[in-house]
Amino acid sequence: MLTSIKTNSFAGNKGKELGMMYFRVAIVLFGAQLLMGLIAAIQFLAPGFLFELFDFSVARMVHINALVVWMLYAMIGSVYFMLSDETGHEGVGLGLGKLAFWVLTAAITVVVLVYIFIQVGSGSEATIWFINEGREYIEAPRWADIGIVVVILVFYWNVFATYMKGQKTGIMTVMVANLLALAGLYLAGMFFTDNISMDQFWWWWVIHLWVEATWEVFVGTLAAYALIKIIGAKREIVEMWLWIEVLMLFGSGILGLGHHYFWIGTPEYWWEIGALFSALEPVPLVAMFVHVLYDWGKEQGIAKGKGETGSVITNAPAMAWIVTNAFGNFLGAGIWGFFHTLPQVNIYTHGSQFTAAHGHLAFFGAYATILIGMMYMGIQYAYGAKRLPSTFKSKMAIFLITFGVVGMTVALTIAGYEQVLVERAELGAGWNAFFTAQELPWFVQAMVWRAIMGVVTLAGFVYLVWDLLTIGKVAKAAQTA
Amino acid sequence: MANENVSVWTSIPFWRRSAAWVTGFATILLIWLTFDTLGQISMGTDADLKNGVKKRVPAPTVINYHIDYKMDAKRGHEVPVIGEKQLFFGKEWSEKEAAELLHLGKLTSQAKNCMNCHTLLGNGAYYAPDLTKAWLDPAWQKGGPLQAMTGKNTVEEAMAEFLQHPSQYPTHARMMPDLGITAEEAKGLVAFLKHMSSIDTNGFPRNFSKTVEQFKTGGTNAH
Repeated sequence: MLTSIKTNSFAGNKGKELGMMYFRVAIVLFGAQLLMGLIAAIQFLAPGFLFELFDFSVARMVHINALVVWMLYAMIGSVYFMLSDETGHEGVGLGLGKLAFWVLTAAITVVVLVYIFIQVGSGSEATIWFINEGREYIEAPRWADIGIVVVILVFYWNVFATYMKGQKTGIMTVMVANLLALAGLYLAGMFFTDNISMDQFWWWWVIHLWVEATWEVFVGTLAAYALIKIIGAKREIVEMWLWIEVLMLFGSGILGLGHHYFWIGTPEYWWEIGALFSALEPVPLVAMFVHVLYDWGKEQGIAKGKGETGSVITNAPAMAWIVTNAFGNFLGAGIWGFFHTLPQVNIYTHGSQFTAAHGHLAFFGAYATILIGMMYMGIQYAYGAKRLPSTFKSKMAIFLITFGVVGMTVALTIAGYEQVLVERAELGAGWNAFFTAQELPWFVQAMVWRAIMGVVTLAGFVYLVWDLLTIGKVAKAAQTA
Repeated sequence: MANENVSVWTSIPFWRRSAAWVTGFATILLIWLTFDTLGQISMGTDADLKNGVKKRVPAPTVINYHIDYKMDAKRGHEVPVIGEKQLFFGKEWSEKEAAELLHLGKLTSQAKNCMNCHTLLGNGAYYAPDLTKAWLDPAWQKGGPLQAMTGKNTVEEAMAEFLQHPSQYPTHARMMPDLGITAEEAKGLVAFLKHMSSIDTNGFPRNFSKTVEQFKTGGTNAH
């Protein structure tokens, strides 16, 4: 039995090595996501760019798929990483887990190459099975869906069997239960129907119950684990918070699904249900933010009381990203989501750049941040650094990426406002109304700023990769010096 | 730390039980509502259309009828109104034919990745116009610029022609690319669009018919 549960040190190597493999692929896909986003942003300004060669639909599809897949990779990586620390067991069946990693990575490579080079197929079942399913975020063709399910079963078995053999911490109990829901929900997106309302009804089961329920609980679990490791927070405290977060996140998020059922053919009662529960969704995000800062302040205060000087933070860049997560989750998912969640507002904002603004800040604030934080923990482990101080590059990375994403969000929000007022309220949503609104200078200027801020984000990403590749050596050299 | 908690508010078992109850209750409520909603959004039948039974998602044979989008004073927003019989591509489609055509259209909409430029029922990408009520768009009606551009005489023929050769019809600087859509697939897509326009979307997109009026009166934004 490993002793990591009672301490804030790392223990066990096999799971962590596998986790690092997932992190490496995740960061590559993150880069692909940004490049594709940049192409799409340019196409908004210069529609002739790569026209009929690499159209907006292709760039956008790879943009959002790379996003989903890099996050899932980093999530799986994080679970493998924390597995031995939380269970006190090295991990069951990790050899098979490693094989599953290679199978998944090979499958995803094929899927992306098909997206890029084949792009579209004929209107037949064969296209759905082998090229793409044409359903936003879960475009992966059916063969890949089935492959993903098999790989996830292996992953889940690794986690579940290890959990059963090891100690059952609160963090790991939430993780095991939540992962089952997260994986099971994917099945709701794996069928074809001629009924577009039915299609979108189940599609939202996957998308919403992932990003506004199970992924959020996942983030709560990661934050709990990370706070113990980074600042030595007390397990009793973080686990109590975690259960409160689960209560509030699922209590609001599950029925908050209703805010996607306002206009897709579903009955009117979803207006009230969706409005009420989704309006409550920001509440746990405030709690999570308070919790992170409170624990940090408390641990620092205790250390000071003991007469210790210096920070309680053993991994400065990871902590910086986790604090950014706490605030970004509240701002991007909470505030930007609440802006347009009531049906009275949503009837005008639904399907406008407003949604894109919210999407950018929410995916970044709620997920990208904490997953990058986990990667820094991986670096700390890989180099055996007792403390990992921030470098100039770490600071540039977090500043430029955050500034870039917030800038894009503000630009898209302005574009969204213009679209809502001109296209929706004034002109009325038809073909003519759409293009009239797209041509106005306010919209175009916003899109210029979005592209500029996209470049800023990309520059931050370069710093991030550079930092991840070098910070470990720097810390180790400082330690041995 | 003492094993006994002084207060229930700091008791982990209390919060664990509460989390389980709340999650379970929310899940059961969602499943119950899902059953109700699935019943309401399942496709209607041809008999429903013939008998004037309103369904939120009508049968595929709705393509044989004229569809309008009108203000409903009681509900306070526009709703689709299924009117008189109307030929679609010059014929009336049997139940089987209509279902097959809609199937082809829905498959094509996914195979051609429509959703990563357009929105359908408001969901998708925001690069190109929303397609929810595209069938009813004044630009495609008689006298509208899009129908006139294709030189066709009906909405369905104009849309089908455009879909097959989109880059021959530069409607806007932001053009639709040629996606290799065949004549049959184009018919299917138009059937899919007509069917979608008949779905009761609780008034989304709002104000749709406002454009129609503006267009017909040669409003300031009619090009």
